[in-house]
Amino acid sequence: MPVQIADSVKSIPRSGIRDFFEIVLGRDDVISLGVGEPDYATPWHIREAAIFSLEKGMTSYTSNLGLESLRKAISGYVESQFRTTYDPKSEVLVSVGVSEALDLACRALLNPGDEVLYHEPCYVSYNPSIALAGGVPVSVPTYARDAFALKIENLEAAVTPKTKVLMLNFPTNPTGAIEPPEELEKIAAFAIKHDLTVITDEIYCELIYENPQDHVSIASLPGMRERTILLHGFSKAFAMTGFRLGYACAPEMIIEAMMKIHQYAMLCAPITSQVAALEALEGGNDCVVEMRKSYGHRRRLIVDGFNQAGLPCHTPGGAFYAFPDIRPTGLSSKEFAMGLLEAEDVACVPGDAFGETGEGFLRCCYATDINLIREALERIGRYVTSLEGAPELQGSAAV
Amino acid sequence: MATDPIVELLEKNARQSPAEIAALTGLEEAAVAARVAELEESGAILGYHAIIDPERAGADHVTAFIEVKLVPERDGGFDRLALRIAKFEQVRSCYLMSGGYDLVVIVSGHSLQDVAKFVSEKLSTLDGVTSTATHFHLKTYKQDGFLAHHESEPTRLPVSP
Repeated sequence: MPVQIADSVKSIPRSGIRDFFEIVLGRDDVISLGVGEPDYATPWHIREAAIFSLEKGMTSYTSNLGLESLRKAISGYVESQFRTTYDPKSEVLVSVGVSEALDLACRALLNPGDEVLYHEPCYVSYNPSIALAGGVPVSVPTYARDAFALKIENLEAAVTPKTKVLMLNFPTNPTGAIEPPEELEKIAAFAIKHDLTVITDEIYCELIYENPQDHVSIASLPGMRERTILLHGFSKAFAMTGFRLGYACAPEMIIEAMMKIHQYAMLCAPITSQVAALEALEGGNDCVVEMRKSYGHRRRLIVDGFNQAGLPCHTPGGAFYAFPDIRPTGLSSKEFAMGLLEAEDVACVPGDAFGETGEGFLRCCYATDINLIREALERIGRYVTSLEGAPELQGSAAV
Repeated sequence: MATDPIVELLEKNARQSPAEIAALTGLEEAAVAARVAELEESGAILGYHAIIDPERAGADHVTAFIEVKLVPERDGGFDRLALRIAKFEQVRSCYLMSGGYDLVVIVSGHSLQDVAKFVSEKLSTLDGVTSTATHFHLKTYKQDGFLAHHESEPTRLPVSP
């Protein structure tokens, strides 16, 4: 009898990104705006600290929760960045990327049938992570007319007595949306009213372009710390995607539960990556400021470029993705993305890979060489003009 | 005081036009051009040049870093002498330094002998120069923020979530 795959895995649909990836790989000389990571190698002082640790022979396991020195540094960083205090001994868990922390959080919290609210368009792993943990993913739409902010009325429409968890991601992959503070307060009140636990993935929070120092985490709002799992990591701000290093901060009993899974599934995050992360925190954030400045320039370039090409594009408050509206062309996201790839060798990810509400949009990463962005915009402009019934430059009314 | 974003951009790449800088910063092109003119006028921007790796460019000149000790003057400290030295054509750069010597003077010449001649005839002989120590440049690893030997560009997967 052939090997039987578990039902829970069989029911996970094929990733929309994965298919697109295969097609792009098959072509030469594509300008890819389909990336989800910085275009910088990790700053040298961080790499150098990692190399030095290997030279010194630091190659063993660490404690399950992570190196104590790193947890202390994380606690200090979270205090200044998020204005919330966590005890490094018992309220911080160092994970293999935020991806693992998210998985741990789901598995630690969800009983079969528990519903989890999450906003779409969103990162590709949220829905499957919830489902794999036995939960029921319930998507809540966000719209271009709100710059993809999460509105309380949409949450209220989706909550049921079975809702246990609310998952947030601001700034958002793929929309670049940030949640206005007044909306965040309403969401906090909503979570308290319905006694929900909040998982907040804030991986892009240093990459906010206007007043980054004013970022507010829901964990810092009154009544929230005891019911929030704050997830953050090093991949985006410090360009450490390949190091696979993230962390969760939460009250002790939640961390303890996550630790129970982590200790068996992973044992600990790689020691080399932990050492690198410690250097990232201790080495100061000049490198982050420099990278953020450069992303900021490119953000402006790409957003203006899309608007000029007749594809309405809001200015994303954070992350490094532009999310232009391709509906004026009358094509679906997939049709547009494929057509663009075939006609002009530019790759952008179709928005429906990120959920139903992503249909009609395109995710374009501006963490890409500036000259390539310019060239890509030229080609996109050409492609849009070539389509029948080319849109007027005024753009259509955004929904 | 934060550095002017226009200065920061030009420091990284002086070939960017006001139009390109305007597209990156959201400023008006005319405002950028006016600001650049202002910066040039005031001497905040001294000039523009390509940053060269002499070995790769096949340059036939020789460069030396010379540590110079001076006698400070009553009115004006080191300024008068330092300017007098800086004005020589052969002097590429001239800085006042803290520590064991006063000026570092970067000098360019056709040959080792040429540089040595400049030091012995023009530099050491100046009234107020008490000593010089000449170090010849051999190889450039990094110049003004640009690595001379490129790490190969890291390749990313073309599509990732």
